[in-house]
Amino acid sequence: MAIFLAVALTFGARLFYIQVLDGSYKLAADRNTLQRIVQVPYRGLIYDRKGQLLVQNTPVYDLMVVPREVKQLDTLRFCELLQLPLEEVREGLKVARTFSRVKASPLVQNLSTAELATIQDNLMDFPGFTIKARMARSYRTENMAHALGYVGSITPKLLESERFAKYMPGDFVGVNGLESFYETQLMGRRGVQYKMVNVRGIEKGAFRNGEFDTLSVAGQDLHTSIDIELQKYGEMLMKNKRGYIVAIEPKTGEILAMVSAPAYEPSILTGKGMGNRYMALQNDTTKPLFNRPLMAKYSPGSVFKVVNELVALQMGVVTPQTGFDCNWKLVRCTHRHEYPSNVGIAIKQSCNPYFYQVMRAAVMRGRSTNRFEDSRLGLADWRRKVMAFGLGDKLGVDIRSEIGGLVPSPEYYDKRLKTRRWNYKTVYSLSIGQGELSVTGLQMANIMATVANRGWYYTPHFVRRIGNGGPLPQFTERHTVGVDPRHFEAIIPGMQAVVDGRGGTGENASLLDVGISVAGKTGTVQNYHGEDHATFAAFAPAEDPKIAVAVFIENAGFGGSSAAPMASLIMEKYLRGKVAPWRHRWEDWLQSPAERFIRRRRH
Amino acid sequence: MPTAPARHNRSLDWVTVLIYLLMVGLGWVSVYAASYSPDMPSTGSLFGNLSFQELMAYDWFKQILWIGTAIVLIVVLVVIDYKAYDTFAFALYGGMIVLLIITPFIARPIGGSRSWLELGPMRLQPAEFAKFVTALAVSRFMAGINLRQQNFRDQAVLAGLTLLPPVLILAANETGQALVFAAFLLAYFREGMSPLILVIMAAAAIILILALLVPKLWLVVAFTVVLGLVFLFNRKALRHHLPLSLSVWAVVIGMVFGVDFFFNNVLQPHQRKRIEVLINPSADPLGVGWNVTQSKIAIGSGGFDGKGFLQGTQTKFDFVPAQSTDFIFCTIGEEWGWLGCTTVIILFIVLLWRILYVAERQKSVFGRTYGYCVASIMFFHFAVNIGMTIGLAPVVGIPLPFFSYGGSSLWSFTTLLFILLGIDAYRKQDLER
Repeated sequence: MAIFLAVALTFGARLFYIQVLDGSYKLAADRNTLQRIVQVPYRGLIYDRKGQLLVQNTPVYDLMVVPREVKQLDTLRFCELLQLPLEEVREGLKVARTFSRVKASPLVQNLSTAELATIQDNLMDFPGFTIKARMARSYRTENMAHALGYVGSITPKLLESERFAKYMPGDFVGVNGLESFYETQLMGRRGVQYKMVNVRGIEKGAFRNGEFDTLSVAGQDLHTSIDIELQKYGEMLMKNKRGYIVAIEPKTGEILAMVSAPAYEPSILTGKGMGNRYMALQNDTTKPLFNRPLMAKYSPGSVFKVVNELVALQMGVVTPQTGFDCNWKLVRCTHRHEYPSNVGIAIKQSCNPYFYQVMRAAVMRGRSTNRFEDSRLGLADWRRKVMAFGLGDKLGVDIRSEIGGLVPSPEYYDKRLKTRRWNYKTVYSLSIGQGELSVTGLQMANIMATVANRGWYYTPHFVRRIGNGGPLPQFTERHTVGVDPRHFEAIIPGMQAVVDGRGGTGENASLLDVGISVAGKTGTVQNYHGEDHATFAAFAPAEDPKIAVAVFIENAGFGGSSAAPMASLIMEKYLRGKVAPWRHRWEDWLQSPAERFIRRRRH
Repeated sequence: MPTAPARHNRSLDWVTVLIYLLMVGLGWVSVYAASYSPDMPSTGSLFGNLSFQELMAYDWFKQILWIGTAIVLIVVLVVIDYKAYDTFAFALYGGMIVLLIITPFIARPIGGSRSWLELGPMRLQPAEFAKFVTALAVSRFMAGINLRQQNFRDQAVLAGLTLLPPVLILAANETGQALVFAAFLLAYFREGMSPLILVIMAAAAIILILALLVPKLWLVVAFTVVLGLVFLFNRKALRHHLPLSLSVWAVVIGMVFGVDFFFNNVLQPHQRKRIEVLINPSADPLGVGWNVTQSKIAIGSGGFDGKGFLQGTQTKFDFVPAQSTDFIFCTIGEEWGWLGCTTVIILFIVLLWRILYVAERQKSVFGRTYGYCVASIMFFHFAVNIGMTIGLAPVVGIPLPFFSYGGSSLWSFTTLLFILLGIDAYRKQDLER
């Protein structure tokens, strides 16, 4: 009897512990039977500026497997049906078994409707396999992949971050580009239903009549400012090359086109086998995934001379009529040319010694009797004024991967040279857009937009309307760069002469034959690792600018010979909707690899 | 043990009958809850408008039939002259042995074992009935020998009588039912078996479990240190019991190292898994650990007063396997909570106490031994079944008496109990003659 009592007391105590004291079994019971069914809302669509649909949702299908219910699998026939190698199926089944024997896990993801059709009829012969439908991104364009970004499974790393606190493993999320930046708006709000399920996951009705359920709210559409035709045209022109094209509408800051070359089709990062294709892009030595206009650190080259001049004019250290010697002892000039007796000639000829002296006048202002100290104070002041143009820091475009570029500070040189004893001769390369200066493609185009607007800009952005609303508030705020409009009027004729004047460095970009005046500036960026990079930045029409554009082609040499004609094609295409027939041969020629453009060294 | 005052002739022990009816009633309610399906068409009445065939798909309906036949059985058992049990004990035993031998050859395999006989629509498990037949036979044998003398030949025959059925049942792959026969040891203990055997068996079990849990070297060191300490503080023991102590030590060490062999080579894989799961239930939560984990979740989620009749989610939605048979306690635990579980445990303890009370008032060795056998078998089922549902015992497929669904088990326990009540009812008569 004592033994009986001892056992009974043990049971009573044990039961008291697991039933009354330990709450974990109640949680486990809820985990067992309560299935939280998240209703993923319809993700917002993406349109171009003319209302053309770019990104949509189409149903895709995942083949799910419940390992415990798989009975006598005819592996050979199954592989034939799925058109998958035997090892892959075996490996997939093993992974599924490790995850859970009783819960469904995906064996093959992203089957298209066509692939589903062949499988579905035969699926009855394979117990344990089911089809789950969901929505996935599909693309109505072959272009703009970099800006669009893509949608993928959320990574464990992202899951840990605050921003994705409400996401669950296996959720899909925008990765890169607009898909990532506007994740919240595109995503909408998830709905949650609590369902009771039995051991096989079969639904047994709503939990407490659905009092905890919430409805999903569809995501908002994005109306971008991209002109997809222009984008497509730009990507075509940039074929076989590395570099970028950025086109902005100056009056609004809306980005009309942003080409990063080499490009890839957005549909590559969707559907079955997406992972493998991503790895192929990742391992490509030409780095197609690298979004050059936002992430590459390029020197601006001679295009920067415009900013240099404007800052000096505003300081009052030079006037438009100031002349400087083309003194080759200060810095080698690009070529032999007429005496730069005013800023117009200097810009037209892109005279290096002239802008060397302009910046020296702006920096060395005798603030200190010490030459080194004077350089420091002068550079700090100059830098502040240059940065007002949106350089040296992120502009804040609606894509997260943007970098800020660099306008070096006095401290930067101190650290780099490990001494404070340096002077203007150390930093003069900045005056001609070389040296440590780095500027993104977006900033390049934005400089032109600022000049086109005579002194102000809106932060460049892709999305002009979210759903039925406007753009994000930060894109409606006008930024002034602290330079009077008259100074812009003083240099624009020089920039027009670059393109439209006889012997201008950008004469290949002239659109005078179709009645459009272009103002621009060529650049040839010194490259110590290979051929120089060609760049050209411009806006048009000069008197009432509707487009500002920056083109950068790696290793294409002189900016005037390839970048300038490419920019003019972009501007003509946008402004006229077509390109004059006599320029069609350019289109073909410009698609050549970069080395084709290198003929003679000229700046 | 309590002794009872003499009562009038030919009277059933109504306390036991009452407890029995209470348990069978509660059992049926539990089976109903366990086999109730929320999907079943409900028309307000118990049977709805289902046909007999449709109703036969539900365990709770079949259990009504089993209970009905069990009551007929009770009447038969009580009416039979108690002398018959005494007289036919060995004959029944012999018949049972034959049945057990032929069962594996004529039975169809069900759930991995060939132990179910099919008689028309009914399925019977001879192993269930082997329990009371063996209890009768050993009681009859005990009554015929001189218990005081501890004759070796008698002990050997007794051991043989007890061990033969479980060996045959093991051959049919019904490990759980075979283990039940260990319960007879408890009964023999009452009839004068040396408590040393129980102590040794308990010690052996503890050593085996330790050997699975603790690194072997530690155990060897620990036992050696204990032995050394005993000798150090008791020089007399060193002088008188050195060979015995050393041989015990050697056996213990041998067991420690033999466990692995036994575990890996003697046990079948599923049995090995069950023991592994007992030691660490989270080792394989979706595989073998599933039963124990889900069973504990079901019972644990019941809380103090349960989720209410038919409100259990774990048992309703099939998370707990075999819920109307071996895991019936889960339904009780989930729907009636700690209060319900405690009530069931108290009922069992009262029943066991009453059986011992009845056994003690028997004047014959046969009746008393049989009573103890009944209590021991019931206790073993109770302890192992509930133990396994709450993770205190390995998963052994034996039913909870009077609660689990099933004709064989209900009939077998009813027979077991009412033979005792039959013998008890006639005990006065025995005296008067």
